[in-house]
Amino acid sequence: MPSLGSDMETGTLIEWQKKPGDTVSRGDIVAVVETQKGAIEIEAYDDGVLESHLVDIGKPVPVGTPLAIIQTPDSGVKSAPDRATTAPTQASGEISSPREPVTVDVAGGLTQDAARGGAEGGRQKISPAARKLAAELDIDITRVSGSGPQGAIVLRDVRSGAQRDERGSSLADSASRLQDGTVGTAAESTTLKTATSEMRSAIAAAMARSKREIPHYYLSQTLDISCADQWLATLNSERDPSQRILLGALLLKAVATACVKYPEFNGTFDNGVFSPAASVHAGMAINLRGGGLVAPAIHDTHELDIDGVMIRMRDLIQRVRGGRFRASELADPTITVSSLGERGVQSLYGVIYPPQVAIVGFGTPTLRPWVGEGGVLEARLLMDMTLAADHRVSDGHRGALFLRHIRQNIESPGDL
Amino acid sequence: MNATQRAVQEELHRIAPDIEFESIDADEDLREEFDMDSMDFLHLVTALGKRFGVPMPEADYPRMSSYNALCSYLDEVIE
Repeated sequence: MPSLGSDMETGTLIEWQKKPGDTVSRGDIVAVVETQKGAIEIEAYDDGVLESHLVDIGKPVPVGTPLAIIQTPDSGVKSAPDRATTAPTQASGEISSPREPVTVDVAGGLTQDAARGGAEGGRQKISPAARKLAAELDIDITRVSGSGPQGAIVLRDVRSGAQRDERGSSLADSASRLQDGTVGTAAESTTLKTATSEMRSAIAAAMARSKREIPHYYLSQTLDISCADQWLATLNSERDPSQRILLGALLLKAVATACVKYPEFNGTFDNGVFSPAASVHAGMAINLRGGGLVAPAIHDTHELDIDGVMIRMRDLIQRVRGGRFRASELADPTITVSSLGERGVQSLYGVIYPPQVAIVGFGTPTLRPWVGEGGVLEARLLMDMTLAADHRVSDGHRGALFLRHIRQNIESPGDL
Repeated sequence: MNATQRAVQEELHRIAPDIEFESIDADEDLREEFDMDSMDFLHLVTALGKRFGVPMPEADYPRMSSYNALCSYLDEVIE
Protein backbone atom coordinates (compact mmCIF):
# COMPACT_ATOMS: atom_id res chain seq x y z
CA MET A 1 0.00 0.00 0.00
CA PRO A 2 1.85 3.09 -1.17
CA SER A 3 1.71 6.34 0.75
CA LEU A 4 -0.26 8.83 -1.32
CA GLY A 5 0.00 11.68 1.14
CA SER A 6 2.00 12.48 4.26
CA ASP A 7 -1.17 12.13 6.29
CA MET A 8 -2.25 8.82 4.78
CA GLU A 9 -2.05 5.94 7.20
CA THR A 10 -4.29 3.35 5.64
CA GLY A 11 -5.75 2.65 2.24
CA THR A 12 -8.48 0.39 0.98
CA LEU A 13 -8.10 -1.80 -2.06
CA ILE A 14 -11.21 -1.57 -4.21
CA GLU A 15 -10.26 -3.37 -7.37
CA TRP A 16 -7.70 -5.76 -8.84
CA GLN A 17 -6.83 -5.08 -12.46
CA LYS A 18 -4.44 -8.04 -12.68
CA LYS A 19 -5.11 -11.54 -11.46
CA PRO A 20 -2.64 -14.24 -10.41
CA GLY A 21 -0.85 -15.60 -13.46
CA ASP A 22 -1.12 -12.33 -15.43
CA THR A 23 2.00 -10.85 -16.95
CA VAL A 24 2.68 -7.32 -15.73
CA SER A 25 5.01 -4.68 -17.11
CA ARG A 26 6.43 -1.71 -15.31
CA GLY A 27 3.77 1.02 -15.38
CA ASP A 28 0.80 -1.33 -15.74
CA ILE A 29 -2.15 -0.62 -13.50
CA VAL A 30 -2.29 -3.51 -11.06
CA ALA A 31 -4.84 -2.37 -8.53
CA VAL A 32 -7.07 0.52 -7.57
CA VAL A 33 -6.97 1.97 -4.06
CA GLU A 34 -9.53 4.22 -2.49
CA THR A 35 -8.11 7.20 -0.63
CA GLN A 36 -9.43 10.53 0.53
CA LYS A 37 -8.37 11.91 -2.85
CA GLY A 38 -10.50 9.46 -4.77
CA ALA A 39 -9.70 6.20 -6.49
CA ILE A 40 -6.00 5.99 -7.27
CA GLU A 41 -4.53 3.54 -9.76
CA ILE A 42 -1.47 1.69 -8.49
CA GLU A 43 1.20 0.88 -11.03
CA ALA A 44 3.71 -1.96 -11.05
CA TYR A 45 7.32 -0.92 -10.61
CA ASP A 46 8.73 -4.09 -12.15
CA ASP A 47 8.15 -6.45 -15.02
CA GLY A 48 7.09 -9.96 -14.12
CA VAL A 49 4.20 -12.26 -13.45
CA LEU A 50 1.66 -11.58 -10.74
CA GLU A 51 1.94 -14.50 -8.40
CA SER A 52 -0.67 -13.81 -5.76
CA HIS A 53 -2.84 -11.19 -4.11
CA LEU A 54 -2.09 -10.57 -0.44
CA VAL A 55 -4.86 -8.15 0.47
CA ASP A 56 -8.62 -8.51 0.26
CA ILE A 57 -10.86 -6.01 -1.45
CA GLY A 58 -12.66 -3.66 0.91
CA LYS A 59 -10.42 -4.08 3.96
CA PRO A 60 -8.33 -1.05 5.03
CA VAL A 61 -4.64 -1.89 5.44
CA PRO A 62 -1.76 0.24 6.78
CA VAL A 63 0.57 2.05 4.43
CA GLY A 64 3.50 -0.22 3.64
CA THR A 65 1.51 -3.44 3.60
CA PRO A 66 2.45 -5.56 0.57
CA LEU A 67 -0.54 -5.83 -1.76
CA ALA A 68 0.64 -8.58 -4.05
CA ILE A 69 3.66 -10.59 -5.10
CA ILE A 70 5.12 -10.16 -8.53
CA GLN A 71 7.60 -12.74 -9.68
CA THR A 72 10.33 -10.92 -11.57
CA PRO A 73 12.67 -12.60 -14.06
CA ASP A 74 15.80 -11.92 -12.01
CA SER A 75 14.41 -12.40 -8.54
CA GLY A 76 12.64 -15.68 -8.97
CA VAL A 77 9.69 -16.41 -6.75
CA LYS A 78 9.41 -14.09 -3.78
CA SER A 79 8.19 -15.59 -0.58
CA ALA A 80 5.04 -14.10 0.76
CA PRO A 81 5.77 -11.35 3.27
CA ASP A 82 4.03 -11.29 6.59
CA ARG A 83 0.66 -9.75 6.07
CA ALA A 84 0.69 -8.03 9.42
CA THR A 85 3.85 -6.06 8.77
CA THR A 86 3.43 -2.33 8.90
CA ALA A 87 6.93 -1.33 7.87
CA PRO A 88 7.23 -0.38 4.22
CA THR A 89 9.14 -3.10 2.43
CA GLN A 90 11.02 -2.22 -0.67
CA ALA A 91 12.10 -5.66 -1.87
CA SER A 92 11.93 -5.76 -5.61
CA GLY A 93 8.85 -7.39 -6.94
CA GLU A 94 6.47 -6.03 -4.37
CA ILE A 95 4.13 -3.26 -5.28
CA SER A 96 4.90 -0.30 -3.14
CA SER A 97 5.74 3.29 -3.75
CA PRO A 98 9.36 4.37 -3.62
CA ARG A 99 8.36 7.95 -4.28
CA GLU A 100 7.98 10.86 -1.97
CA PRO A 101 4.45 10.99 -0.68
CA VAL A 102 2.04 13.82 -0.87
CA THR A 103 0.13 16.07 -3.09
CA VAL A 104 -3.09 17.74 -2.63
CA ASP A 105 -2.06 21.23 -3.52
CA VAL A 106 -3.85 24.06 -2.18
CA ALA A 107 -3.39 27.48 -3.45
CA GLY A 108 -6.60 29.31 -3.90
CA GLY A 109 -9.56 27.13 -4.62
CA LEU A 110 -9.97 25.48 -1.29
CA THR A 111 -13.30 26.71 -0.25
CA GLN A 112 -15.34 24.84 -2.79
CA ASP A 113 -18.68 23.98 -1.34
CA ALA A 114 -18.05 20.44 -0.32
CA ALA A 115 -21.69 19.88 0.43
CA ARG A 116 -22.63 20.34 -3.18
CA GLY A 117 -22.28 16.66 -4.04
CA GLY A 118 -23.74 15.06 -7.10
CA ALA A 119 -26.41 13.05 -5.40
CA GLU A 120 -29.28 15.23 -6.50
CA GLY A 121 -28.57 14.93 -10.21
CA GLY A 122 -29.95 11.64 -11.47
CA ARG A 123 -28.89 8.24 -10.21
CA GLN A 124 -26.68 8.07 -7.13
CA LYS A 125 -23.17 6.83 -7.95
CA ILE A 126 -21.61 4.35 -5.53
CA SER A 127 -18.35 2.44 -5.62
CA PRO A 128 -18.60 -1.36 -5.73
CA ALA A 129 -16.78 -1.71 -2.41
CA ALA A 130 -19.10 0.81 -0.75
CA ARG A 131 -22.13 -1.01 -2.10
CA LYS A 132 -20.85 -4.29 -0.71
CA LEU A 133 -20.15 -2.84 2.74
CA ALA A 134 -23.52 -1.09 2.83
CA ALA A 135 -25.18 -4.41 2.10
CA GLU A 136 -23.19 -6.14 4.85
CA LEU A 137 -24.02 -3.47 7.41
CA ASP A 138 -27.58 -3.20 6.17
CA ILE A 139 -27.29 0.52 5.52
CA ASP A 140 -29.78 2.29 3.31
CA ILE A 141 -27.59 3.98 0.69
CA THR A 142 -30.26 6.50 -0.21
CA ARG A 143 -29.66 8.00 3.23
CA VAL A 144 -25.89 8.24 2.79
CA SER A 145 -24.42 11.34 1.19
CA GLY A 146 -21.51 10.75 -1.17
CA SER A 147 -18.16 12.49 -0.87
CA GLY A 148 -16.35 10.81 -3.75
CA PRO A 149 -15.90 12.07 -7.30
CA GLN A 150 -19.13 13.53 -8.65
CA GLY A 151 -20.78 12.89 -5.31
CA ALA A 152 -20.30 9.15 -5.51
CA ILE A 153 -20.74 7.21 -2.29
CA VAL A 154 -17.42 5.67 -1.32
CA LEU A 155 -16.41 3.37 1.52
CA ARG A 156 -15.77 6.10 4.04
CA ASP A 157 -19.29 7.45 3.56
CA VAL A 158 -20.80 4.10 4.39
CA ARG A 159 -18.51 3.76 7.41
CA SER A 160 -19.22 7.22 8.71
CA GLY A 161 -22.92 6.62 8.15
CA ALA A 162 -22.66 3.52 10.31
CA GLN A 163 -20.77 5.39 13.01
CA ARG A 164 -22.81 8.53 13.06
CA ASP A 165 -25.28 7.52 15.72
CA GLU A 166 -22.71 6.47 18.26
CA ARG A 167 -20.21 9.19 17.45
CA GLY A 168 -22.19 12.30 16.84
CA SER A 169 -19.31 14.60 17.61
CA SER A 170 -16.79 13.06 15.24
CA LEU A 171 -16.42 16.17 13.12
CA ALA A 172 -15.67 18.29 16.16
CA ASP A 173 -13.19 15.66 17.34
CA SER A 174 -11.33 15.69 14.06
CA ALA A 175 -11.29 19.44 13.94
CA SER A 176 -9.91 19.83 17.43
CA ARG A 177 -7.25 17.22 16.84
CA LEU A 178 -6.23 19.04 13.69
CA GLN A 179 -5.96 22.26 15.63
CA ASP A 180 -3.74 20.61 18.18
CA GLY A 181 -1.53 19.49 15.36
CA THR A 182 -1.87 15.92 16.54
CA VAL A 183 -2.65 13.04 14.32
CA GLY A 184 -4.89 10.18 15.27
CA THR A 185 -3.95 6.54 14.99
CA ALA A 186 -4.68 4.68 11.82
CA ALA A 187 -7.71 3.08 13.33
CA GLU A 188 -9.08 6.40 14.53
CA SER A 189 -8.52 8.17 11.27
CA THR A 190 -10.54 5.66 9.32
CA THR A 191 -13.42 5.59 11.73
CA LEU A 192 -13.58 9.04 13.27
CA LYS A 193 -13.25 11.46 10.43
CA THR A 194 -16.47 12.24 8.70
CA ALA A 195 -16.73 11.95 4.98
CA THR A 196 -16.51 15.58 4.02
CA SER A 197 -13.70 16.30 6.44
CA GLU A 198 -11.30 13.73 5.01
CA MET A 199 -9.99 15.62 2.03
CA ARG A 200 -10.14 18.82 4.05
CA SER A 201 -8.00 17.13 6.71
CA ALA A 202 -5.46 16.07 4.10
CA ILE A 203 -5.27 19.60 2.75
CA ALA A 204 -5.15 21.07 6.24
CA ALA A 205 -2.31 18.78 7.34
CA ALA A 206 -0.18 19.56 4.30
CA MET A 207 -0.85 23.29 4.41
CA ALA A 208 -0.28 23.53 8.16
CA ARG A 209 3.07 21.82 7.62
CA SER A 210 3.85 24.22 4.79
CA LYS A 211 3.03 27.32 6.83
CA ARG A 212 4.89 25.93 9.86
CA GLU A 213 8.06 24.85 8.07
CA ILE A 214 8.45 26.83 4.86
CA PRO A 215 9.53 30.47 5.06
CA HIS A 216 7.56 31.70 2.07
CA TYR A 217 8.30 34.85 0.16
CA TYR A 218 5.91 36.26 -2.42
CA LEU A 219 6.44 38.19 -5.65
CA SER A 220 3.98 39.36 -8.26
CA GLN A 221 4.05 40.74 -11.78
CA THR A 222 1.41 41.93 -14.20
CA LEU A 223 1.69 40.56 -17.72
CA ASP A 224 0.24 41.85 -20.94
CA ILE A 225 -1.05 38.66 -22.54
CA SER A 226 -2.77 40.33 -25.52
CA CYS A 227 -0.19 38.87 -27.92
CA ALA A 228 -0.39 35.37 -26.41
CA ASP A 229 -4.18 35.54 -26.59
CA GLN A 230 -4.05 36.57 -30.23
CA TRP A 231 -1.50 33.88 -30.99
CA LEU A 232 -3.78 31.21 -29.48
CA ALA A 233 -6.83 32.60 -31.29
CA THR A 234 -5.02 32.40 -34.64
CA LEU A 235 -3.75 28.90 -33.91
CA ASN A 236 -7.17 27.67 -32.77
CA SER A 237 -9.14 29.30 -35.58
CA GLU A 238 -8.03 26.58 -37.98
CA ARG A 239 -8.44 23.75 -35.55
CA ASP A 240 -11.19 21.33 -34.68
CA PRO A 241 -12.32 21.78 -31.04
CA SER A 242 -10.57 18.54 -30.07
CA GLN A 243 -7.23 20.00 -31.20
CA ARG A 244 -7.52 23.45 -29.61
CA ILE A 245 -5.03 24.78 -27.10
CA LEU A 246 -6.08 26.50 -23.88
CA LEU A 247 -4.16 29.34 -22.25
CA GLY A 248 -3.53 27.01 -19.30
CA ALA A 249 -1.32 24.77 -21.44
CA LEU A 250 0.75 27.75 -22.50
CA LEU A 251 1.17 28.83 -18.87
CA LEU A 252 2.31 25.36 -17.77
CA LYS A 253 4.76 25.16 -20.63
CA ALA A 254 6.10 28.65 -19.89
CA VAL A 255 6.72 27.78 -16.23
CA ALA A 256 8.29 24.40 -17.02
CA THR A 257 10.68 25.96 -19.54
CA ALA A 258 11.75 28.60 -17.02
CA CYS A 259 12.40 25.87 -14.42
CA VAL A 260 15.16 24.44 -16.59
CA LYS A 261 17.10 27.69 -16.29
CA TYR A 262 16.17 28.30 -12.64
CA PRO A 263 16.49 24.88 -10.98
CA GLU A 264 16.16 26.25 -7.45
CA PHE A 265 12.40 26.47 -7.96
CA ASN A 266 12.01 22.92 -9.21
CA GLY A 267 12.65 20.14 -6.73
CA THR A 268 12.11 19.03 -3.16
CA PHE A 269 13.34 20.11 0.26
CA ASP A 270 13.75 17.27 2.74
CA ASN A 271 15.67 16.95 6.02
CA GLY A 272 17.35 20.28 5.57
CA VAL A 273 18.57 19.56 2.06
CA PHE A 274 17.27 20.83 -1.26
CA SER A 275 17.39 18.37 -4.15
CA PRO A 276 16.83 19.97 -7.53
CA ALA A 277 14.82 17.66 -9.78
CA ALA A 278 16.34 16.34 -12.97
CA SER A 279 13.03 16.71 -14.77
CA VAL A 280 10.17 19.18 -14.57
CA HIS A 281 7.00 17.44 -13.41
CA ALA A 282 4.66 20.41 -13.24
CA GLY A 283 1.80 19.82 -10.84
CA MET A 284 -1.47 21.27 -12.03
CA ALA A 285 -3.99 22.29 -9.40
CA ILE A 286 -7.36 20.83 -10.43
CA ASN A 287 -10.50 21.51 -8.46
CA LEU A 288 -12.95 18.69 -7.94
CA ARG A 289 -16.65 19.24 -8.45
CA GLY A 290 -17.48 17.62 -5.14
CA GLY A 291 -15.10 19.99 -3.32
CA GLY A 292 -11.39 20.04 -2.64
CA LEU A 293 -8.58 19.84 -5.14
CA VAL A 294 -5.59 17.81 -6.19
CA ALA A 295 -2.44 18.76 -8.09
CA PRO A 296 -1.16 15.76 -10.03
CA ALA A 297 1.93 16.05 -12.22
CA ILE A 298 2.35 16.26 -15.93
CA HIS A 299 5.57 14.33 -16.30
CA ASP A 300 8.48 15.95 -18.18
CA THR A 301 6.47 19.06 -19.01
CA HIS A 302 9.63 20.84 -20.19
CA GLU A 303 10.19 18.27 -22.95
CA LEU A 304 6.68 18.46 -24.41
CA ASP A 305 5.61 20.92 -27.06
CA ILE A 306 2.49 22.98 -26.51
CA ASP A 307 0.26 20.36 -28.18
CA GLY A 308 1.82 17.68 -26.04
CA VAL A 309 1.14 19.65 -22.86
CA MET A 310 -2.46 20.24 -23.93
CA ILE A 311 -3.08 16.56 -24.70
CA ARG A 312 -1.71 15.56 -21.30
CA MET A 313 -3.71 18.28 -19.53
CA ARG A 314 -6.93 17.17 -21.20
CA ASP A 315 -6.29 13.56 -20.34
CA LEU A 316 -5.29 14.31 -16.75
CA ILE A 317 -8.22 16.61 -15.98
CA GLN A 318 -10.65 14.12 -17.46
CA ARG A 319 -9.26 11.28 -15.37
CA VAL A 320 -9.05 13.35 -12.18
CA ARG A 321 -12.64 14.56 -12.53
CA GLY A 322 -13.66 10.99 -13.30
CA GLY A 323 -12.02 10.02 -10.03
CA ARG A 324 -9.20 7.92 -11.47
CA PHE A 325 -5.54 8.79 -11.71
CA ARG A 326 -2.20 7.17 -11.17
CA ALA A 327 -0.23 7.04 -7.97
CA SER A 328 2.93 8.30 -9.68
CA GLU A 329 1.12 11.37 -11.01
CA LEU A 330 -0.11 12.18 -7.56
CA ALA A 331 3.19 11.57 -5.84
CA ASP A 332 5.89 13.44 -7.64
CA PRO A 333 5.27 17.00 -8.87
CA THR A 334 8.40 19.13 -8.63
CA ILE A 335 6.63 22.51 -8.77
CA THR A 336 2.94 23.48 -8.78
CA VAL A 337 1.07 25.80 -11.12
CA SER A 338 -2.28 27.07 -9.97
CA SER A 339 -4.75 29.19 -11.84
CA LEU A 340 -8.11 30.55 -10.84
CA GLY A 341 -8.24 31.73 -14.39
CA GLU A 342 -11.96 32.02 -14.79
CA ARG A 343 -13.34 33.02 -11.47
CA GLY A 344 -12.60 36.71 -11.52
CA VAL A 345 -9.73 36.51 -9.05
CA GLN A 346 -7.07 39.08 -9.82
CA SER A 347 -4.15 37.48 -7.96
CA LEU A 348 -3.58 34.10 -6.41
CA TYR A 349 -1.00 33.78 -3.63
CA GLY A 350 -0.21 30.09 -3.39
CA VAL A 351 0.81 27.97 -0.44
CA ILE A 352 3.75 25.75 -1.33
CA TYR A 353 3.00 22.05 -1.27
CA PRO A 354 5.73 20.37 0.77
CA PRO A 355 8.25 19.02 -0.03
CA GLN A 356 8.12 21.24 -3.13
CA VAL A 357 9.73 24.68 -2.95
CA ALA A 358 7.64 26.89 -5.23
CA ILE A 359 4.16 27.51 -6.58
CA VAL A 360 3.30 29.84 -9.44
CA GLY A 361 -0.19 31.37 -9.47
CA PHE A 362 -2.14 32.99 -12.28
CA GLY A 363 -5.17 35.24 -11.92
CA THR A 364 -7.99 35.96 -14.34
CA PRO A 365 -7.07 37.72 -17.59
CA THR A 366 -8.98 41.01 -17.76
CA LEU A 367 -9.02 44.05 -20.04
CA ARG A 368 -7.37 46.84 -18.08
CA PRO A 369 -5.66 50.15 -18.82
CA TRP A 370 -1.99 49.66 -19.59
CA VAL A 371 0.78 52.03 -20.63
CA GLY A 372 2.55 50.20 -23.42
CA GLU A 373 5.70 50.89 -25.39
CA GLY A 374 5.86 54.51 -26.51
CA GLY A 375 3.92 55.68 -23.48
CA VAL A 376 0.50 55.12 -25.01
CA LEU A 377 -2.38 54.29 -22.70
CA GLU A 378 -4.39 51.36 -24.05
CA ALA A 379 -6.90 48.73 -23.00
CA ARG A 380 -4.92 45.47 -22.96
CA LEU A 381 -5.57 41.94 -21.76
CA LEU A 382 -3.66 41.72 -18.48
CA MET A 383 -2.99 38.88 -16.11
CA ASP A 384 -1.34 38.86 -12.69
CA MET A 385 1.28 36.22 -12.02
CA THR A 386 2.62 35.40 -8.55
CA LEU A 387 5.39 33.29 -7.15
CA ALA A 388 5.49 31.85 -3.65
CA ALA A 389 8.89 30.32 -3.05
CA ASP A 390 10.93 28.80 -0.23
CA HIS A 391 13.48 31.16 1.32
CA ARG A 392 15.58 28.23 2.49
CA VAL A 393 16.35 27.56 -1.15
CA SER A 394 16.12 30.84 -3.07
CA ASP A 395 15.91 34.61 -2.65
CA GLY A 396 13.64 37.26 -4.07
CA HIS A 397 16.28 38.34 -6.54
CA ARG A 398 16.35 34.94 -8.22
CA GLY A 399 12.60 34.72 -7.88
CA ALA A 400 12.23 37.96 -9.81
CA LEU A 401 14.46 36.63 -12.59
CA PHE A 402 12.46 33.41 -12.67
CA LEU A 403 9.19 35.35 -13.04
CA ARG A 404 10.70 37.53 -15.73
CA HIS A 405 11.72 34.45 -17.67
CA ILE A 406 8.18 33.04 -17.40
CA ARG A 407 6.81 36.36 -18.61
CA GLN A 408 9.11 36.38 -21.62
CA ASN A 409 8.01 32.84 -22.46
CA ILE A 410 4.36 33.85 -22.33
CA GLU A 411 4.98 36.99 -24.35
CA SER A 412 6.64 35.03 -27.16
CA PRO A 413 4.57 31.86 -27.26
CA GLY A 414 5.79 30.94 -30.74
CA ASP A 415 9.27 30.32 -29.35
CA LEU A 416 8.14 27.80 -26.76
CA MET B 1 -37.92 20.34 -25.87
CA ASN B 2 -36.44 19.88 -29.33
CA ALA B 3 -33.60 17.58 -30.35
CA THR B 4 -30.97 20.29 -29.99
CA GLN B 5 -32.01 21.13 -26.45
CA ARG B 6 -32.07 17.48 -25.50
CA ALA B 7 -28.53 17.01 -26.87
CA VAL B 8 -27.19 20.10 -25.11
CA GLN B 9 -28.73 19.04 -21.80
CA GLU B 10 -27.27 15.56 -22.16
CA GLU B 11 -23.78 16.90 -22.77
CA LEU B 12 -24.10 19.41 -19.93
CA HIS B 13 -25.17 16.67 -17.58
CA ARG B 14 -22.14 14.61 -18.56
CA ILE B 15 -19.83 17.51 -17.68
CA ALA B 16 -21.69 18.85 -14.64
CA PRO B 17 -23.70 15.95 -13.23
CA ASP B 18 -24.12 17.77 -9.95
CA ILE B 19 -26.15 20.64 -11.43
CA GLU B 20 -29.91 20.22 -11.79
CA PHE B 21 -30.96 21.66 -15.08
CA GLU B 22 -34.11 23.08 -13.48
CA SER B 23 -32.01 25.11 -11.06
CA ILE B 24 -30.17 27.19 -13.66
CA ASP B 25 -31.06 30.42 -15.40
CA ALA B 26 -31.07 29.63 -19.11
CA ASP B 27 -30.23 33.22 -20.07
CA GLU B 28 -27.35 33.67 -17.66
CA ASP B 29 -23.67 32.90 -18.25
CA LEU B 30 -23.41 29.21 -19.10
CA ARG B 31 -20.03 28.66 -17.45
CA GLU B 32 -21.14 30.33 -14.23
CA GLU B 33 -24.45 28.48 -14.10
CA PHE B 34 -22.82 25.08 -14.57
CA ASP B 35 -19.58 25.96 -12.74
CA MET B 36 -17.50 25.07 -15.79
CA ASP B 37 -13.90 26.05 -16.37
CA SER B 38 -12.34 26.51 -19.80
CA MET B 39 -11.51 22.81 -20.06
CA ASP B 40 -15.11 21.84 -19.28
CA PHE B 41 -16.34 24.31 -21.88
CA LEU B 42 -13.91 22.94 -24.45
CA HIS B 43 -15.20 19.43 -23.75
CA LEU B 44 -18.75 20.68 -24.26
CA VAL B 45 -17.91 22.40 -27.54
CA THR B 46 -15.96 19.34 -28.74
CA ALA B 47 -18.84 17.00 -27.93
CA LEU B 48 -21.52 19.18 -29.55
CA GLY B 49 -19.36 19.85 -32.62
CA LYS B 50 -18.87 16.12 -33.11
CA ARG B 51 -22.52 15.33 -32.49
CA PHE B 52 -23.86 17.83 -34.99
CA GLY B 53 -20.93 17.90 -37.40
CA VAL B 54 -20.38 21.65 -37.03
CA PRO B 55 -17.03 23.42 -36.50
CA MET B 56 -17.92 25.49 -33.40
CA PRO B 57 -15.19 28.09 -34.04
CA GLU B 58 -13.75 30.02 -31.10
CA ALA B 59 -14.78 33.23 -32.79
CA ASP B 60 -18.41 32.17 -32.22
CA TYR B 61 -17.94 31.46 -28.49
CA PRO B 62 -19.62 34.79 -27.58
CA ARG B 63 -22.77 33.45 -29.26
CA MET B 64 -22.71 30.41 -26.94
CA SER B 65 -22.60 32.38 -23.71
CA SER B 66 -25.86 31.12 -22.16
CA TYR B 67 -27.85 27.91 -22.47
CA ASN B 68 -30.53 29.61 -24.60
CA ALA B 69 -27.93 31.36 -26.76
CA LEU B 70 -26.08 28.09 -27.32
CA CYS B 71 -29.26 26.26 -28.39
CA SER B 72 -30.25 29.07 -30.78
CA TYR B 73 -26.74 29.14 -32.20
CA LEU B 74 -26.77 25.41 -32.83
CA ASP B 75 -30.23 25.53 -34.46
CA GLU B 76 -28.93 28.22 -36.75
CA VAL B 77 -25.68 26.54 -37.82
CA ILE B 78 -27.18 23.08 -38.19
CA GLU B 79 -29.60 24.39 -40.85
